Amino acid sequence: MNNTISPFWVIVNKEIADHLKSWRFLILLFILLLTCMGSLYSALHGFKTPIKSEDPNNAFFFLKLFTVSDGSLPSFAIFISFLGPLLGIGLGFDLINTEQNKGTLSRLLSQPIHRDCIINAKFLAALSVISILFFALSFLVMGFGLLYIGIPPTASEFWRVVFFDLVSILYVAFWLNLSILFSVCFTQPATSALSSIAIWLFFSIFYPMIIHLVAHATSPSEMATPHEIYHFQEFIMSLLQLSPSELFNEATTTLLMPSVRSLGPLTMQQVQGAIPGPLPLGQSILVAWPQLTGLIAATVICFALSYFLFMRREVRSR
Amino acid sequence: MSDPIIVLNDLTKKYGDYTAVDHVNLTINQGDVFGMLGPNGAGKSTTILMMLGLTEPTSGNVEICGFNSTTHPIDVKRKVGYLPEDVGFYDNITGIENLRYTAQLNGIPTAKANIKIEQLLKRVGLEGQGEKKAGKYSRGMRQRLGLADVLIKDPQIIILDEPTSGIDPAGVVEFINLIHELSEKDGLTILFSSHILDQVQKACQRVVLFNKGQLLAEIDLAEMKEKGEDLSDIYSQYFEEGGKKHE
Repeated sequence: MNNTISPFWVIVNKEIADHLKSWRFLILLFILLLTCMGSLYSALHGFKTPIKSEDPNNAFFFLKLFTVSDGSLPSFAIFISFLGPLLGIGLGFDLINTEQNKGTLSRLLSQPIHRDCIINAKFLAALSVISILFFALSFLVMGFGLLYIGIPPTASEFWRVVFFDLVSILYVAFWLNLSILFSVCFTQPATSALSSIAIWLFFSIFYPMIIHLVAHATSPSEMATPHEIYHFQEFIMSLLQLSPSELFNEATTTLLMPSVRSLGPLTMQQVQGAIPGPLPLGQSILVAWPQLTGLIAATVICFALSYFLFMRREVRSR
Repeated sequence: MSDPIIVLNDLTKKYGDYTAVDHVNLTINQGDVFGMLGPNGAGKSTTILMMLGLTEPTSGNVEICGFNSTTHPIDVKRKVGYLPEDVGFYDNITGIENLRYTAQLNGIPTAKANIKIEQLLKRVGLEGQGEKKAGKYSRGMRQRLGLADVLIKDPQIIILDEPTSGIDPAGVVEFINLIHELSEKDGLTILFSSHILDQVQKACQRVVLFNKGQLLAEIDLAEMKEKGEDLSDIYSQYFEEGGKKHE
C-alpha cells in the first residue's frame, strides 16, 4: 500500500485537475485578474491626492492599496465582496448534479469509498483552488503596489492582508457550500446555478433596499430618547448582519482599516476622550470576531445540510 | 457450488404508498450465473441498488459475502462490481484515464493498473480505442468500457443491470460469450438483470421471474430443459395470467 494514495486524495486530485482545465475557471480567472488590475489602478490613482496627516490610517499606508479608490472603480475589498460569490457559485453549482446526470455518480459510488468522501473531496478541491487564487491575487496586488509606491509593507500590514485573504476564502466557501447544497437538491445544473445567483443578487441588491424600507418605517421620532435611538440602530444593524456580504464587509473593514474600533453603534460617552489611533492586529480580529463566527456558522449550516441530503439519497444511474 | 454468496431476506422497498420491492427472499450461490427477468419497472433495479447499499431497504436486509449491504457497504463494494443500466464516464478524459481513476479509487498501484487496463480493453473488444476521449464512444462501446471498469477491481461478484441495451446483435452474442467465459474461467458469480427473455435464457443457469416487486418463480434452466419446457412458455404463463401480455 505504499505507492497508492487514499481514495479521498484521488478524488481531490481529479477534481482540482478538472477545475483547472475547465473553461469556466479560465473565465473566472480572467474576470478576477481584470478586477485586480482595475482596483489597483484606481487605488494608485487615489494615492495622488495629498495625505492628511491627522488620519490614523496613514500609518498603514500599504493597506490602502486594498481599500482606497479614486471613485472611478470600487476598491479591491469591495470588488471581492461582490465577485467572490460568483467564484464560489461558479465552482460549485454543478458538482453533484452533473455527475448524476452523466451517470458517473452511481459508478463512483459503487467503488469501495464512503459517500461523504465524495462530497468532502469535492468541497476541499474547490476550496483549495479558491485559496490559491486569492493568495496569488492579493500578493500580486501587493507586488505591483510595492513596485509603484516603493514603500514596503510592515509585518503587521502583511499579516492583515493574509487575514483578509483568509476571511475572503471563508466568505467564498460559504457561497461554494450554498451552491453545492443546491447542486444536491436540484437535478438540473441550470436550476441550481440560477437559485444560487438569485440568493446572491437578493443579498447584494434587494436586501439593503428592504432594510432601508424597514428603517424608514420604524425610525423613532426626533423627540425619541437616546436610549430608543440606540436600540433602533442596534435593531437595524442586526437585520443587516443577516446578510453574508454585510458580515464580510464589516470583517474586512476592521482588518484593513486598523482605526476601526467598533462595528456597532457607539454612544457619545464611549467615544469621548478616545484618541483616534490604530488597533493592534489581535484587537482588530477580536472586533470582527462575531462577524467571522456568523460566516463560519452559515458555511457549516450549508455544508451540513448538503451532507445530510446527499448521504441518505438514492443514487440511480441517470 | 452451493455456498450462498448473496442472500436477500424479506427485502422490501416502499416509495410512499408504492411498493417497489415486496418481501423478496432469494439466495444466490457462489459461481452461479443468475438471471433476473421481468418487465420494466418490476423492481429489478431497485433490488440491485439495495444490494449495493445505494438505497436503503424499508425492511429486510441483504447479505453479500456475509456483509450486510446497508451497514457495511464498503466491504460489499470491494467484492462486487456493478454495471448500471446506462453507465456514464467522464467525457473529457480518455477511456484509459477513466479506468485508471477507478483503479486508483480501488487502491490498485499504477504499474499494475496499467497492465490490467491493457488486458481488460483487449478482453472487452476495445483494443486500440483506449486513447479516445470517452465522450466520443458510442453507447455500445461505453457499455464495454463499463464492463472493463467493473472487472478492474477483481470482483467476486458482478451485477449487470440491463447490460446489453444499446449493443448491436453481434455485440450481444460476444457479450454473452464473455459472461460465460467470466463464469467458467474466472469463477465469478454473475447477476444478470434484463427484460429480454432470449438473452437471459442464453446467458444464465438459473432465472427468477420478477413482476410488480414480487418474485414469481425461480427456474433452473437445466432442469427445465430436461422436462422439455420452454422459458417463453413459462414466462407468458405468468404474465398472461394477470391479463397483462408482454412482448
